[in-house]
Amino acid sequence: MTNVKVLGGGCSKCETLLANAKEAISALGVDAEVEYITDFSVIAGYGIMSTPALIVNDKVVSMGKVLKEKEIEAFLK
Amino acid sequence: MGMFIQDQILGMKWLNKVIGNLLSVLGLDITTRLGGSVQFFIYDVIKITILLCILIFGISYIQSYFPPEKSKQIMSRFHGLGANTVAALLGTVTPFCSCSSIPIFIGFTSAGLPLGVTFSFLISSPMVDLGSLVLLMSIFGARVAIIYVVLGLVVAVIGGSIIERMHLEDELEDVVKNALRAGRVDISAPDLTQKDRLIFAKDQVVETFKKVFPYILVGVGIGAVIHNWIPEAWVEKILGSKNPLGVPLAALVGVPMYADIFGTIPIAEALLGKGALLGTVLAFMMAVTTLSLPSMIMLRKAVKPKLLGIFIGICVVGIILVGYFFNIIQPLIM
Repeated sequence: MTNVKVLGGGCSKCETLLANAKEAISALGVDAEVEYITDFSVIAGYGIMSTPALIVNDKVVSMGKVLKEKEIEAFLK
Repeated sequence: MGMFIQDQILGMKWLNKVIGNLLSVLGLDITTRLGGSVQFFIYDVIKITILLCILIFGISYIQSYFPPEKSKQIMSRFHGLGANTVAALLGTVTPFCSCSSIPIFIGFTSAGLPLGVTFSFLISSPMVDLGSLVLLMSIFGARVAIIYVVLGLVVAVIGGSIIERMHLEDELEDVVKNALRAGRVDISAPDLTQKDRLIFAKDQVVETFKKVFPYILVGVGIGAVIHNWIPEAWVEKILGSKNPLGVPLAALVGVPMYADIFGTIPIAEALLGKGALLGTVLAFMMAVTTLSLPSMIMLRKAVKPKLLGIFIGICVVGIILVGYFFNIIQPLIM
């Protein structure tokens, strides 16, 4: 199963990214779980300095950007 | 030639004429108060929107070369006052949103950067950026804009150095301390192609426009009211040379406000036209952009009240000094 993490401090950008990630997953129909991480020590633990960030299977794929649904799909395939 | 660039290209005086003529054709007398307000409103909204789109595009393109990960690496090569200066300079070009302030804070501190250097960055980042430089240039002229930016950087360097000297490392919240204990993790920002940078710049324009446009409307609206309805004597009495406490008043009113420089500029411009002193108006703008309730609430998550208080105090004192300085030199530069 694919593990997707959306990291952010709860700002509107982070929530948009979370929603887009969920839509990308359901659009592709892949088996994936989404976690929303707002704990800053965990976020910093990944070395991330700009939020929101997206992590797929423990790999940071994007930082400081609200990815669109299509862009997220590319990381899930 | 310099005047032409300032008035017609940056200031778009021709646009004001076009709108005035259009309104006259439509039957609105622009010499009346109402007509004048409508003209000012339309002209200012269009002018600031055009400036915003062009500026944000250019700035974001430059910013795409300075992600915080890279700024962190550059800053860690310097020491002492040099590090504070570099931090203040990088603060002007690193993309920064208040919701990223804690990860940036943790990232910088865990990279071993002194607390004062991080604060130089945090002060300069909202206070002076490339946008404010060009925007101020278009309205108050190049001299005012350059002095504003230089003084902003000086406040950031000195403010950071003071925090450094006070040894406030204990004043960090546990979330920062825990992250520090976990050790530093370095990831580098992804490599971007030219196309990526242009797309980033375009997205920033759209995003900033959506976020800032309401503030522009409100700012220009207030500006139009001041421009045409508020008696000059009032403004002069409160914000002009008759009130020695105009600067601190303007700074304190501006601190809790959350707005963008694009929204504050029409208010500043209108107040200046009504006899407010330059330094008083600039202190207000600086206070609005540098400190706001949302950003203080965010920063409070990373630092304890004492350090937050010192940070706010330094910014306010710095802004007030900058304001008085501008009031003193106003006859020389305008």
